[in-house]
Amino acid sequence: MIELRDVHKSFGKVEVLKGITASVAKSEVVCIIGPSGSGKSTILRCINGLESYDRGEISVEGARVDQGDRSIVAIRTQVSMVFQRFNLFPHRTALENVIEGPLYVKKEPREAAIARGRALLAQVGLADKAEVHPPKLSGGQQQRVAIARALAMQPKAILFDEPTSALDPELVGEVLSVMRKLADDGMTMVVVTHEMGFARDVADRVLFIDGGVIVEQGAAKSVLNQPQHPRTQDFLRRVLHPL
Amino acid sequence: MQKFFHDAVEFVPILLQGVWLTIVVTIGSLLLSTALGLVWALMRVSGIGILVGLSAALINVIRGIPIIVLLFYIYFVMPDFGIALSALQAAIIGLGIAYSAYQAENFRAGIEAIDKGQIEAAQTIGMGWWLTMRRVVLPQAVRIILPPYGNIMIMMLKDSSQASTITVAELALQGKLIASSTFKNTSVFTLVALMYLTMSIPLILLVRHFENKANRK
Repeated sequence: MIELRDVHKSFGKVEVLKGITASVAKSEVVCIIGPSGSGKSTILRCINGLESYDRGEISVEGARVDQGDRSIVAIRTQVSMVFQRFNLFPHRTALENVIEGPLYVKKEPREAAIARGRALLAQVGLADKAEVHPPKLSGGQQQRVAIARALAMQPKAILFDEPTSALDPELVGEVLSVMRKLADDGMTMVVVTHEMGFARDVADRVLFIDGGVIVEQGAAKSVLNQPQHPRTQDFLRRVLHPL
Repeated sequence: MQKFFHDAVEFVPILLQGVWLTIVVTIGSLLLSTALGLVWALMRVSGIGILVGLSAALINVIRGIPIIVLLFYIYFVMPDFGIALSALQAAIIGLGIAYSAYQAENFRAGIEAIDKGQIEAAQTIGMGWWLTMRRVVLPQAVRIILPPYGNIMIMMLKDSSQASTITVAELALQGKLIASSTFKNTSVFTLVALMYLTMSIPLILLVRHFENKANRK
């Protein structure tokens, strides 16, 4: 469903992606792990055109991702994104955040959008917070609203950019459990994360990225339990046993 | 003091005609400068090279010319090009253009203060540039823009007196005319000053209200 072929990307003189080739099948959950600055987030941002890429090709269901082309809007409505820092619209309530896209981008009728928005908030366990503004919600609640906002676009895939990294540790679980439910329902997901437990239990596949290249990839359990490459082994040792 | 009150009773009705024109000039040029300023600011943040450059150049040219010269230019020079405006029209257009530069810089600062993540979030739900501005950026920027906007309103109210230089009989000119025909300078200009102050104070309170509101957020 999502294809990347030999994708290169530089910021100035620094090449952050040095030829990424990967694919994500429908209903697949792929976790991208790796050290900070390895280019993980840049991959996600290239997939839905928040960043342009210099060489290679990215396509979503056969449509080429081109940041400068009008077609990017259609791709973005099919591939939603959830951000590390939630990026909810602070001047709108939780419900208004969720229905913003359906109302103003997809031009759905108001009544239908509100009904579905409320159902989505219920799905992420926030039925009672519909009228609350984001600054009054906890980080975990905000991220769940952000997931509902992404779902409201009825996307074919959702990209998660370190969705739990900005959360207090005790709030991580509520977000991960919503994500796990999505995965169980067959949503195609690409997740940049440091939550190795989530990757092991929920992901179908794991990509380990370091220095702008895919160092190792494969079934989640085999990469995480029996990493082959020394860099993967070293990274996992540091993450799992920081002391 | 008694003499002052006596003069006041006599002159206030005439000065009030000037007050009316002061208000017309202020509101007219406020609306024009807001509209133009918003256009310049949106051009400036559009990311389209030619629009960015054009807007930056326009703002600098406008900022670099004294308001009074701009007024003279519009009122006395434009007729040479076949554009003859009434003094009131010229005053509103001149002040509107002059202040559009300050409005634009204020709007731009407000727009650029909005977190980039907000724009990205809007893009990822498929919003285009204009929809992102209208639904996400501008509603949030307003809170940042309002306090300085109030200050610009006060400055415009006072600078509307420059319209007197192109014969708009607003408050300052009306005062000068009365003073020069009656020689009651003290009474007349005290009244004029008090009238400006009376109009400014509600605006000053409004600015304070905006500032409190912005600080609470």
